[in-house]
Amino acid sequence: MARLRKIGARSSLYGIVTFFVVFSVFPFYWMLIAAFKRDHDLFNPANNPFLFNEPATLEHLRTLLFDTLFLKYLANTCLVGVAVVCITVLIAVPAAYSLARWSGRWGENLGIGIFLTYLVPPTLLFIPLCRVITAFRLNESLGALILIYPTFTIPFCTWLLMGFFKAIPKDIEEQAMIDGCSRMGAMVRIVFPLSVSGLLTVVVFAFTLTMHEFIYALAFISVSAQKTISIGVPTELVRGDVFRWGPLMAGALIPSIPVAVLYTFFLDKFIAGFTMGAVK
Amino acid sequence: MDVSDGASITQKLPPERSRFGRLLDNERLLASLMIAPAILYIGVMVGFPFSLAILYSLSDATTGNQTLHFVGLRNYIDVLGDPVFRKSLLNTFFFSLCSQALVLVLSKILALALVRNFRGKRLVRFLILLPWTAPISLGTIGWLWMLDSIFSPFDWILRKMGLLGAPDALFGPLSNLYWLGEPSLAMLSVILVHTWRMLPLATVILLAGLTSIPHEILEAAEIDGAGFWRRLFRITIPLMLPIMTIALLFGIVFTFTDMTVVYVLTRGGPVHSTQVLSSWAFFKGIEGGDLAQGAAVAVFLFPMLAGVAALMLKLAHRTEVA
Repeated sequence: MARLRKIGARSSLYGIVTFFVVFSVFPFYWMLIAAFKRDHDLFNPANNPFLFNEPATLEHLRTLLFDTLFLKYLANTCLVGVAVVCITVLIAVPAAYSLARWSGRWGENLGIGIFLTYLVPPTLLFIPLCRVITAFRLNESLGALILIYPTFTIPFCTWLLMGFFKAIPKDIEEQAMIDGCSRMGAMVRIVFPLSVSGLLTVVVFAFTLTMHEFIYALAFISVSAQKTISIGVPTELVRGDVFRWGPLMAGALIPSIPVAVLYTFFLDKFIAGFTMGAVK
Repeated sequence: MDVSDGASITQKLPPERSRFGRLLDNERLLASLMIAPAILYIGVMVGFPFSLAILYSLSDATTGNQTLHFVGLRNYIDVLGDPVFRKSLLNTFFFSLCSQALVLVLSKILALALVRNFRGKRLVRFLILLPWTAPISLGTIGWLWMLDSIFSPFDWILRKMGLLGAPDALFGPLSNLYWLGEPSLAMLSVILVHTWRMLPLATVILLAGLTSIPHEILEAAEIDGAGFWRRLFRITIPLMLPIMTIALLFGIVFTFTDMTVVYVLTRGGPVHSTQVLSSWAFFKGIEGGDLAQGAAVAVFLFPMLAGVAALMLKLAHRTEVA
């Protein structure tokens, strides 16, 4: 009887997990088969849509890579990503260190305040930011995105790093200062090398959050050659009412997977930041 | 970092510290210097535009003429009188509440399953996280193709089951349901995609809470004869209440303010039946060029955000005390 119950619990566990995996992954599976299906197979409502009814083809992939600006979008995205990562690290690291080391009650509130700005949505800010962008003469350029994206990467990364720095005992720095290190020296030579994993997390997040961003890019970039991957694929591969489904699916799938892999590796740290210490 | 390291650093330092060096030893000054760039950046790029949004909403600015000429509350009166705005406001609440209710229940079930050990758990975790970790605009494109008016696989399955496309079929004689063309189905689709997107985040947050519940408590309850449901409702859920609130607050913020799903799937259509506040602000302010009215629409997002922020602050302080 107990054995039977165990088997029952086990199979219901597998049932639940299978259901959710199918739910989560199906759209990506759908992209995968559409990306390699011949048009003749794809656009026949009578065909079984879940399988290849005709041999697979690389035609859509070829179209995507050579007949569209896909590679240019990828390059733009990487450029913006790298620039945003640099700005974020330069600003968030000292801020986080400052909040972690010299925080009284006031510093604590300041830290939470900075974190909360992460929640101010793009949809509230994009209209006035138009004016800021014009003031900086950055209309229709990737520079606009490089300037705007740190508004959400800095708050979140500062918050995450603050946790990392707090975990490093103060004694180590004091020891170094007794040995003649300056305050700055102690920070740069002692604390930073110890928080490499924290810095790496921040780099990954600033980059992936940049790749995810859609709304600002949509609002500020309309020139094809300046688009990033997240807006280029949904807007440029559709001509009026004509969707080029094959290349579109390939274009959506290819960047998604590496971003997802990178993100998953660091997700636990991300969640630790989100839950704000509610989970130890 | 041991002492020998510290010693080697000492030797590199100049014997006389410069004035600047001594200034940097002043802790308070150093602390404020280090945090200043972050505060400045946020002030210029978030604080200033935020105030500007409110100013715009009180003016008659357009993309062509951005001078601020104040018109009082006229934009708000216009916006409130606009049936599309009222529809968007209602939709925003409807979408957020429906999808978050679904997410809360489903993520709870999923987290309870994932906390157990089984083979291939790492792969399962990666796959379940995909909707959150992949860029949302690209994931939604997959859904766009799944909800296609002619080639939708859902329609195909229904047709094969005889529920669609026959004269006496349950869903009607047409060969397709037109997911994004039919107002109620379009609404259902948007809710479904929001749920799909937010489920992974809620699940991992709940999972973190679940693993932090001491095992002894649950075991003691089991020995005392408490069944699965009793343990769930009397121990697990009450202990996880703070973390469930956090998951819910993030979910609400992200769905309430999002326009990506609506933009990619329906552009607010058919006939504004899936229009939400943020997409309406976008269409009015950015595409329509009426900055003032767009800003007035967007400002309606603020009271909800302020409420969420207040709740978060309260939670953050409470967990610090504990």
